[in-house]
Amino acid sequence: MPREVREVVFVDGVRTPFGKAGGMYAETRADDLVIRCMRELLKRNPNLPPEKVEEVAIAATTQIGDQGLTLGRTAALLSGLPKTTPGYSVDRMCAGAMTAVTNVAGGIAMGAYDIAIAGGVEHMGRHPMGEGVDPNPRILAEKLVDPSALVMGSTAENLHDRLPHITKERADAYGLNSQIKTAKAYADGKIQPDLVPVAIRSAELGWGLATVDEAPRQTSLEKLATLKTPFRPHGRVTAGNAAGLNDGATAAILADEATARELGLPVAMRMVSYAFVGVEPEIMGYGPVPATEKALKKAGLTIDDIGLFELNEAFAVQVLAFLDHYGIADDDPRVNPWGGAIAIGHPLASSAIRLMTQLARQFAERPDVRYGINAMCIGIGMGGTVIWENPYWEGAAK
Amino acid sequence: MIENPNEVVTKAILRLVQVPGLAKPAALITLDNGFDYKKPNSFGPGGLTSLDEAITAATEANPSFIAVTGKPYIFCVGADITGMPLINSREQALALGELGHRVFARLRNSEIPTFAFVNGAAMGGGLEVALHCHYRTVSTGAAALALPEVAIGLIPGWGGSQILPNLIGIINAATVILQNPLTQKQLRPKQAKEMGVADALFEAADFLEDSLAWAAGVVNGDIIVERPEIDRKDWDGVLEFVKAMLDEKLHGAVPAANKAVELLALAKTASFEDGTAAETEALADLIMGDEARASLYSFDLVQRRAKRPVGVPDKSLARKVTKVGIIGAGLMASQLALLFLRRLQVPVVLTDLDQERVDKGVAYVHGEIDKLVAKKRMDEGTAAKLRLLVSGSVDKSVFADADFVIEAVFENLDLKKQIWAEFEKIVKPEAILATNTSSLSITEMAAELEHPERVVGFHFFNPVAVLPLLEIIRGEQTDDATLATAFEVGKTLKKSSVLVKDAPAFVVNRLLTRVTSEIFQAVDAGTPLDVVNVAMDPLGLPMRPIALLQLVGPAVAYHVGETLHAAFPDRYVDSPNLKRIVDSKLPVMVDKEINPEVIKLLEVGDAPLTADEVRQKALDGLAEEIRIMLDEGVVAEAQDIDLCMILGAGYPFHLGGVTPYLDRSGTAERVTGKRFLPDGVANVRS
Repeated sequence: MPREVREVVFVDGVRTPFGKAGGMYAETRADDLVIRCMRELLKRNPNLPPEKVEEVAIAATTQIGDQGLTLGRTAALLSGLPKTTPGYSVDRMCAGAMTAVTNVAGGIAMGAYDIAIAGGVEHMGRHPMGEGVDPNPRILAEKLVDPSALVMGSTAENLHDRLPHITKERADAYGLNSQIKTAKAYADGKIQPDLVPVAIRSAELGWGLATVDEAPRQTSLEKLATLKTPFRPHGRVTAGNAAGLNDGATAAILADEATARELGLPVAMRMVSYAFVGVEPEIMGYGPVPATEKALKKAGLTIDDIGLFELNEAFAVQVLAFLDHYGIADDDPRVNPWGGAIAIGHPLASSAIRLMTQLARQFAERPDVRYGINAMCIGIGMGGTVIWENPYWEGAAK
Repeated sequence: MIENPNEVVTKAILRLVQVPGLAKPAALITLDNGFDYKKPNSFGPGGLTSLDEAITAATEANPSFIAVTGKPYIFCVGADITGMPLINSREQALALGELGHRVFARLRNSEIPTFAFVNGAAMGGGLEVALHCHYRTVSTGAAALALPEVAIGLIPGWGGSQILPNLIGIINAATVILQNPLTQKQLRPKQAKEMGVADALFEAADFLEDSLAWAAGVVNGDIIVERPEIDRKDWDGVLEFVKAMLDEKLHGAVPAANKAVELLALAKTASFEDGTAAETEALADLIMGDEARASLYSFDLVQRRAKRPVGVPDKSLARKVTKVGIIGAGLMASQLALLFLRRLQVPVVLTDLDQERVDKGVAYVHGEIDKLVAKKRMDEGTAAKLRLLVSGSVDKSVFADADFVIEAVFENLDLKKQIWAEFEKIVKPEAILATNTSSLSITEMAAELEHPERVVGFHFFNPVAVLPLLEIIRGEQTDDATLATAFEVGKTLKKSSVLVKDAPAFVVNRLLTRVTSEIFQAVDAGTPLDVVNVAMDPLGLPMRPIALLQLVGPAVAYHVGETLHAAFPDRYVDSPNLKRIVDSKLPVMVDKEINPEVIKLLEVGDAPLTADEVRQKALDGLAEEIRIMLDEGVVAEAQDIDLCMILGAGYPFHLGGVTPYLDRSGTAERVTGKRFLPDGVANVRS
């Protein structure tokens, strides 16, 4: 049968404020966080009839308890989507939501459905990293990978070893800049539109409302220099140059562009290409480099075509490795203009949609930019990159 | 000073919350007693004091608004009634009313906007605190909103009677404050919004988020809350109509209802201060009255004792019931089949003498299932399951694997004995054999069986689906496992079960028949039917005696009477006039009037009694009979008698069932030499 290529667009994205593990969401369920995002998306987009959502893909790394039970399906039911809407769960660690987005994008491009919701949640307070894991003994016995590959902070130390020109001082400076940029973005009201207030309850404090990220803090290079290096004595990775342990959720609407326009839904970004690539698990932070290479190649673009970067900041060292590879300055204004995960937090599987939603907002402000990318490193040695086109690009009219 | 050392204090926890769109934080007060929804929030002196402090702290924080909400599923279910029996003086009662009024009024008089976010069940004082707030939102997940005070002998005495009619109009207020409590109804969230009790309705999933955003909109002026003008023209007329309805039903026996009408009348023109002062006085009168104390006693029986029946063997002894057999396929048997099917959701098989009757029984069950589906009270999936679970057969071998067999055949001891003998050959030796007899002896019925220990009485009340009482009767040989199983089945059937010793007519029928016996003795002596019919009116019973006779059916009433006459000929008469009525097969009531044809049948003496004398004889008879039953050990305690009369005969809360009334009217002491309950348990301590 003849098949048309269908453009996949990012319609809208939201997220909960990100909490610190053990913090404001300590008594809030993980599934409720992502359900709250999905309900808000439906409210913000009244032109989208719920029954038009034909797929729901929700990512979580630790799919246990309130992050288990085929969360994509149960969250769809609890969000008020009709019973006919299917759903499933996704796990690609930190790139869970990115994979949820690319999966449904594939389905939309293929014509399997027109509109989907992708999302992610990680409640690292309720489900600490590594909860219930059972690594295959062959990993050790056959020396398939170094045991340090399973501890993300250790892989970041490994990356420092391989790239000695990325010093602790550079990493700290990058971390501080992330905090400063986020504080400014908050002050300028850039972050708030993405946020869905969440009712939070504490047996001790009563009901409250989460309206801002809990992790950002004021700091200085001097303070950062004093922080412990928990992954290695005299190491380089600290809580100041890495993302913390966080709770949060995200969700986004993806659509076939023609359907979106027909329904009068916003078209915030158009997907150009994506790629996931594996690297040595011991230096998983390097993953975004080959992933971006591949995605650029697929799109027929070069790094010079990219006007905005929303990169995940699992560790400063892995962002710096990426920037060094492409010869981009540590403080280049195109990169994470509103700060990143080091300040805001990184609730693993949910993070990618935060990056996408922020990129979408920047696109709207920057009609001079045609292409932007999201990239992130992924546990067990992978990188993921998505390239987007700006529908507001002023060159498009010409 | 009022204190309740046992109060489970509902704390008012203040938290300042940033709300998008507002410069200043909001003060959010959470009511939470620290337990889950099974122990709901309530207001005792400690809880009110905590709220008072939270309002002070909230006000001092100069917030953009103050809002009150509850813990998950529960907003607040009202005054802590466990403290009521501790109130021994009118001064204490007044103090309780004043404390609530003073604290709640702060929310009403606040210069800072106040909101109630009714996230869960809100009743009585819980709803009243919400009514004092300037604005209200309600969650679709709130189980119910109600002002049920009149049902327990009180009035909405913390502002409800004054605020509500001025908010939603007199007709709606009378519905909420009088009609709903007296008919055991509550408002659903959607109704509350439509009536105007709440200004906005939000879905449960993001109720608090939406409520906070809505409140911010109200404070900012983006949202204008519009409420309808209250019509005061028909105020008095409506209340006259309400009063007439109440008098017809209650005959003035419920002081709380009368007080509520008076307060609603006052609300038309009285200032809030005068209105609430009148509430405090009325509340104190009622708290210091026996009707309210008896009502609170009744409420406790129904809420607590009914769930934990006394004298029942441990439930670990209960056997699993995976299949139910029903002997008989007539109307009663078919109703039982439907009940067991719906609640147990296990195979239910009916049997009867011929295929036609069996088919009719199964068809009845199918028809009722269809009706439930049509009324949306059952989903199609459950209906499909239940339709396949019910079957009928004339071949009794299908009972071989039943765990619980119940018979509902004609009330004849020999017939029942014969049936059990026949079925004992088919069923497993440990299968429970339950009988729905209303008056025959369980012990005699089991006497000749190989395994008499598994026979138990299982006496339902008509209509089976509606009346919550189940008398479970222990025969002399009934063993603990059988009894434990019977009580577990009763619980699964959602009935309130009471353990009863094998004695003629058990509890409810024995007592109702005693009243009937006294009444027909009076008729036989020459008292006109219309006089005996109104004799019990001052008690406010749900039905007059002749209407009750019509409902039960004169033949059934006469049959139970015969059994009791045979057992206790001194106390239960075999009334020739009742016999005439039964033989005539005439209806005793026609168009809500006593059938004149029936009056013509009577052959009476020349010693008529007055209505007061008839009532006195009936009450004396009840007191005598209850004392004998307690002495015989028919039930464990007087509380069980009251529970049976409330749940099985609809005896009202304000009488406490019946023994509190017999105590407080002096009948118990005069007739039996002592009270049934200790002074103060269901009355104001003298």
